[in-house]
Amino acid sequence: MSVRSIRPFEPVVKDAAENFHGMQVVYLCWDKHLMFYAPIAKMLPPTLTFGQLIDAEITPAYSRHPDFAKIDWSAVQWSKDGEAFTPALDKSLRENGITHKTAIHFNTPGLNGINGSGF
Amino acid sequence: MDMPVKKKKLGLKEKYALMTRDLGWEPSYEKHEDVFPLINYEGLKIHDWEKWEDPFRLTMDSYWKYQSEKERKLYAIIDAYNQNNGHLNVTDARYINAMKVFLSAVPSLEYNAHRGFARLGRHMAGVGPQVACQMQAIDELRHAQTQIHALSNYNRFYNGFHDWKHMNDRLWYLSVPKSFFEDACTSGPFEFIIAISFSFEYVLTNLVFVPFVSGAAYNGDMGTMTFGFSAQSDEARHMTLGLEVIKFMLEQDPANLPIVQKWIDKWTWRGVRLLTIVAMMMDYMLPKRVMSWKEAWEIYFEENGMSLFKDLARYGVKVPDCVEQIKKEKNHISHQAWTTFYAAAPMTNFHTWVPSDEELDWLSEKYPETFDQYYRPRFEFFREQAEKGERFVNPNLPQLCQVCQIPMLFTEPDEPTQTAYRQSEHKGEKYHFCSDHCQHIFDDEPEKYVEAWLPVHQIMQGNCFAEGADPTSPDFNPIASVLDWWHIENGRDNGDFAGSEDEKNFAQWRGMATSNN
Repeated sequence: MSVRSIRPFEPVVKDAAENFHGMQVVYLCWDKHLMFYAPIAKMLPPTLTFGQLIDAEITPAYSRHPDFAKIDWSAVQWSKDGEAFTPALDKSLRENGITHKTAIHFNTPGLNGINGSGF
Repeated sequence: MDMPVKKKKLGLKEKYALMTRDLGWEPSYEKHEDVFPLINYEGLKIHDWEKWEDPFRLTMDSYWKYQSEKERKLYAIIDAYNQNNGHLNVTDARYINAMKVFLSAVPSLEYNAHRGFARLGRHMAGVGPQVACQMQAIDELRHAQTQIHALSNYNRFYNGFHDWKHMNDRLWYLSVPKSFFEDACTSGPFEFIIAISFSFEYVLTNLVFVPFVSGAAYNGDMGTMTFGFSAQSDEARHMTLGLEVIKFMLEQDPANLPIVQKWIDKWTWRGVRLLTIVAMMMDYMLPKRVMSWKEAWEIYFEENGMSLFKDLARYGVKVPDCVEQIKKEKNHISHQAWTTFYAAAPMTNFHTWVPSDEELDWLSEKYPETFDQYYRPRFEFFREQAEKGERFVNPNLPQLCQVCQIPMLFTEPDEPTQTAYRQSEHKGEKYHFCSDHCQHIFDDEPEKYVEAWLPVHQIMQGNCFAEGADPTSPDFNPIASVLDWWHIENGRDNGDFAGSEDEKNFAQWRGMATSNN
């Protein structure tokens, strides 16, 4: 039994989707670019398209990195909660199966941080 | 004529028995389980509470006598330090930032340890543990007080100390120590005592109070050194108590072993994660270094800590699995933490800097396997950017681990360029972790950790804006409002040390103290 308590206990899920005012949390991580120290958390409308995610969210979040301008977006490898996937750029986050607290990682082959140090 | 009868003086053992065991009556009109409602639900089997011996047999009269003497000495030194403007004798004003971190985090931990032990003093069903826990509750309260007094020596002169208690409840990185203690305080009494007497005392305070406080002494901070060593003399007692407690639980019933082992595993890991910030303080925030984090870890954990496990091996206790990962991480965590705080500078109550060349060389020497390959390039980049007037700041909010609440900054144990991330699902919701060990803790008690107050998510939900702020107004600045809610004055309490008011004041005051100008 995973609940050990002295009286009945109904946990409150602090980060339930309904607490985010119609938005959802999405985590983004550009692998091998630890300059940004950790994956980032964004609160986004589920109707945002994947193309908009790249232009309006990923770009300002990561453009400071010298590798960013060199990214060949057609070669980027995406994963969603650890599973490889191919996003449809014109489809919404929801239509791409990106739900509340999904973690999206992306890998940019050939670009592995400053001098390949993963930074 | 009556002869006056000279009272027989009691021996220590007799006196202790009289002053404690007489408290241990059996209730006659209340059921034992109603008087002690917390001792069964964790699943531990205790057959004979009398077997719990307080290793020190300290009675209240000797406790007060001994501690008040110690406290008088402590305050004499703190007062002298204060009156002589001791803060101007520290090596370099950068050092004071380590004190900001320490004093924002630790007094609240001590205070919560006091609360927890006061609760145990009431709820443990044997007199030995009741007395020992009450005594420790008073120790912890004294430690909180002496630290708060030490803090007052600094907060008049330097920025970022002005509202430590408020910040402790709100500031993102301080949710890490806060949640550690809330996890312990919401556990049953036996888990609490493993969490604190074992993990907090053996794993944590040992590394804080010995090598870090030596660092304080080395950097000329006599005030901190004095309260640190004063506290450490109590910690030695607490550590012995912790060991006695573990042995007591294991000797009472063989069925207790798996439960105790699970807590030891959990709290070793929880303690080690919390030490990340101490690692950073030792390697980056002490201008004059005593030893590297890695060296401290090897001496105080791998050597001293492991001898504890050898002692417990005869009860069947195994070294926690996480120790393997910790051995690998000791080469990385201080660097990962400092680069994080550097890049997150606007969100802190202390200043950061890029280490000097000499400091970088020291780090290379201390971390030959990792520093030049993975971490030096980061600082060279940061420095180059700063010199161009483009000081690097990560503009994003980080993803946090659901259990330790640290940003997911740790890398895979065998792949230092790859962020480690683990994920579990519970009742249709996703949860994310920095490591296997935090994930296991969650999976064991998901209902507890779904309630975690994660600062990043709370900011997004709109729960961390300044009072009276209107997030719908067109000129609303969410970041400024959160800083306001934290009571951080942007540009004064945070950012680079170079050019800060602290740097300027320290240089000016020290100049006045050492020259005629």
